[in-house]
Amino acid sequence: MHAEAVAGVVDRVINRYRRDPTCMLQILREVQEACDWIPPEAIDRMQAMLGVPRTKIEGVAGFYSFIYTEPRGKYRVLFSDNITDRMQGNRALMERLCNNLWVERGKVSEDGLVSVGKTACTGLCDQGPGMLVNNYAIGGLSLERIDEIAELIRNKVPLADWPAAYFKIEDNIRRADILLNADFKPGEALLAARARAPSDGLNASNMRSWREGLPSGIGGPGATLDEIKRSGLRGRGGAGFTTGLKWEACRNAQLKAGHQRVVVCNADEGEPGTFKDRVLLSKCPDLVFEGMTVAAYAIGATRGFVYLRGEYRYLLDHLNAVLANRRRQNLLGKDICGLPGADFDIEIHVGAGAYVCGEESALIESLEGKRGTPRNRPPFPVTNGYLDQPTIVNNVETFAAAALIALNGGEWYAGIGTKQSAGTKIISVSGDCERPGIYEYPFGVSIRQVLEDCGATDTQAVQVSGPSGICVAEDEFDRIIGFEDIPTAGAFTIFNKSRDMFEVARNYVHFFQHESCGFCTPCRVGTSLLKNLMDKLHYGSGSPYDFAEIEKLNQLLQSMSHCGLGHTACNPVLDTIAKFRPAYDKRMMQQDFTPAFDLDRELSSARQMTGRDDAGAHLATEHGGQS
Amino acid sequence: MSYTFTLDGKVIPFVDGQTIIQAASAAGVFIPHLCYHPEFKPHGSCKLCTVKVNGRHTASCTMRAAPGMVVESETEEINAERRALTQMLFVEGNHFCPSCEKSGNCQLQATAYHLGMMSAHYDHFFPNRAVDASHPEALLDFNRCILCSLCVRASRDVDGKNVFGLSGRGIKTHLIVNAKSGRLADTDFTLADKAAQVCPVGVILKKRQGFAVPIGERKYDKAPISQTAETTEGR
Ligand SMILES: Cc1cc2nc3c(=O)[nH]c(=O)nc-3n(C[C@H](O)[C@H](O)[C@H](O)COP(=O)(O)O)c2cc1C
Ligand code: SF4
Ligand code: SF4
Ligand code: FES
Repeated sequence: MHAEAVAGVVDRVINRYRRDPTCMLQILREVQEACDWIPPEAIDRMQAMLGVPRTKIEGVAGFYSFIYTEPRGKYRVLFSDNITDRMQGNRALMERLCNNLWVERGKVSEDGLVSVGKTACTGLCDQGPGMLVNNYAIGGLSLERIDEIAELIRNKVPLADWPAAYFKIEDNIRRADILLNADFKPGEALLAARARAPSDGLNASNMRSWREGLPSGIGGPGATLDEIKRSGLRGRGGAGFTTGLKWEACRNAQLKAGHQRVVVCNADEGEPGTFKDRVLLSKCPDLVFEGMTVAAYAIGATRGFVYLRGEYRYLLDHLNAVLANRRRQNLLGKDICGLPGADFDIEIHVGAGAYVCGEESALIESLEGKRGTPRNRPPFPVTNGYLDQPTIVNNVETFAAAALIALNGGEWYAGIGTKQSAGTKIISVSGDCERPGIYEYPFGVSIRQVLEDCGATDTQAVQVSGPSGICVAEDEFDRIIGFEDIPTAGAFTIFNKSRDMFEVARNYVHFFQHESCGFCTPCRVGTSLLKNLMDKLHYGSGSPYDFAEIEKLNQLLQSMSHCGLGHTACNPVLDTIAKFRPAYDKRMMQQDFTPAFDLDRELSSARQMTGRDDAGAHLATEHGGQS
Repeated sequence: MSYTFTLDGKVIPFVDGQTIIQAASAAGVFIPHLCYHPEFKPHGSCKLCTVKVNGRHTASCTMRAAPGMVVESETEEINAERRALTQMLFVEGNHFCPSCEKSGNCQLQATAYHLGMMSAHYDHFFPNRAVDASHPEALLDFNRCILCSLCVRASRDVDGKNVFGLSGRGIKTHLIVNAKSGRLADTDFTLADKAAQVCPVGVILKKRQGFAVPIGERKYDKAPISQTAETTEGR
């Protein structure tokens, strides 16, 4: 592309984003959609038009996996590399595509046409193996489909002309409850919230702040907040913070001049094995948007964002259409539902391949067009969030539940589930079972029940809540999903007895190493050291010494890390060591320390270069005896 | 208003808004640190300054002091963790102290001595980082960068130049300079910049100054880092 054409693209995109530097990531993403990468001339132009230094633009571009400052090909293929994709044979498929296209993994083909690499879980575990082509998701890969894709790429068929069936992502809803079954009409929840008059349910202490947020002084907001509190709703993003308290804190936060309150929907869904937010957004976007609007009404916010993970780019146009429709119905915009002063609108920002951006303060940084580095806390987002304004960040499912609470009342909701965990939970089931997909249960369901319902047999272990969650073995299958026992963001990954739990843990460690933001020393270096140790075990050079090292690293990551990613990065390893020790023992050929350096392995690149792999090209390595 | 908290049993006074490390250094108590510098906004990335506050680990450079806090710092447990962090920084980059111009003036090295670090312990990563010698006055040896962001903050907040920035993610995070070519010579950097003074290790080095002060007579050769008054000055 010529420099002038690039400048034209950049101008168009930047102007659409009102020349706003906080939209830098969105601008980079759209420029890339037009240019296939971010050429240096595009950065020149951005620098001039946005008035920001080059270091800032390059710093942002360099942080996100899906933004390329070097050419990556016209077709950019990324294979999802979650453990479930591996179990479904993604490696062989990737090799097949590379061979078909005559391209080396991780490199760009000589003609600049295509690059093939891998990426973290793409949220298609119930219909994997999955891939992204130029950030558009394709599931259900098979050898046959791979051959067809190679053909399409070789013939330079534009992505838009590929068979539509490739891009069809299924919802696979296997069990629905109040959320997925909701017979919900857009606007209903808002009208119910408005109807919930302040007569006596509203306490005076709340009056000041909602007046501040909604100058016309409507009684509904305080009453709505009361319903949310009464429901006992806790956040569905994993940590389970009480939603009513979060909203109240934000509503009570002082507004500085020119500031407004902000509602953010966290649709980053990066936790490997989780895909329930994808289904909620595809099946009931109105319910989610309405929940956000209810939140805005309750706290007095005027601006809303959905932070949609880059892997779900394919949902963007549809979601924007739903938003446009809501604006037409006066469910967004000014004086919503005819309420003077009830002004609120929602914008969608799309991520670009960084798991850490699911952490709420990193998410806010990313929304502001920066590197997704978690902030120092306090202050917390409820007082100092997006552009220093009071902000609530909630999970997609939390907002969907909030809409139903506004509609049916807090008491109704509190009656579902268990004492400490009100309501239902949507679980993303994948791995070794007959019916992977989405299951919505009232809280309190046992692991065993879920296994039975999805047709899992011969189960060895379940990883609940993804790698940052917990790994449960057979003797724990009567434990329940709920904040009183096993809290979860939703992932439920099943491993039968043929699976090697060491390799499961190793896959997760690679994930954390790749996704560490790099800000703090313990996580940046610690996850790399951990990865090296797990690889050392994998190669058969592990010893009890390495176990001790892993335990020490865990301690350090837990106590010294800056954010939740570092705090949980060792969990899968420690859980599997504790519960599946034989998988590790099998790998310990040595009783004493063995160095990680293996001369024969180091010679592999020399073998590749010389095209030799006969016995004479190998060193017979002797293990042991080095103590 | 002024209040107090305790640090390893010692009573430390502080005023509203002070962080733990600020109050401690005002009271003459040293807490190891690398990314903190009294003249810049705290960053909280190296985690060397981690202490236990009421039993919970937290970075003392970003944590505001509060009345009645019980803070632990010089304990064997915390120092062992800090030692592991310095070891991590040593293996992450390429630090060949005996041949480094910064030796004896280097905060990473001095902190390692302070913590009794005897070996790197972990396997070295030996990253491949090219040196930038393009600038007439200064040299950038990226091999020693510990990503503390001090140069970034100095250039942005004091010099108003944005010469430095961080790019990449995770273990691939690296320092970049504000030029299309990626070379320091093509930026507006000068030795008069604040950013030229702040590097706690030997990345940003003055050219033609090599070993002007012999090793053995340098700052931390004379007194350990815990006893040098302006422990964060750098040079
Ligand atoms: C590394 C990391 C990744 C996270 N990813 C997500 C995510 O993808 N979606 C989400 O809702 N919360 C995620 N969280 C939790 C959020 O920080 C936050 O607690 C949540 O969005 C709050 O919403 P809730 O109260 O509705 O659960 C993540 C946290 C960490 C530490
Ligand atoms: S713990 Fe990891 S992800 Fe979190 S701030 Fe530190 S480096 Fe970044
Ligand atoms: S160059 Fe020096 S001051 Fe700048 S980030 Fe690296 S170590 Fe810190
Ligand atoms: S000095 Fe506090 S984290 Fe670096």
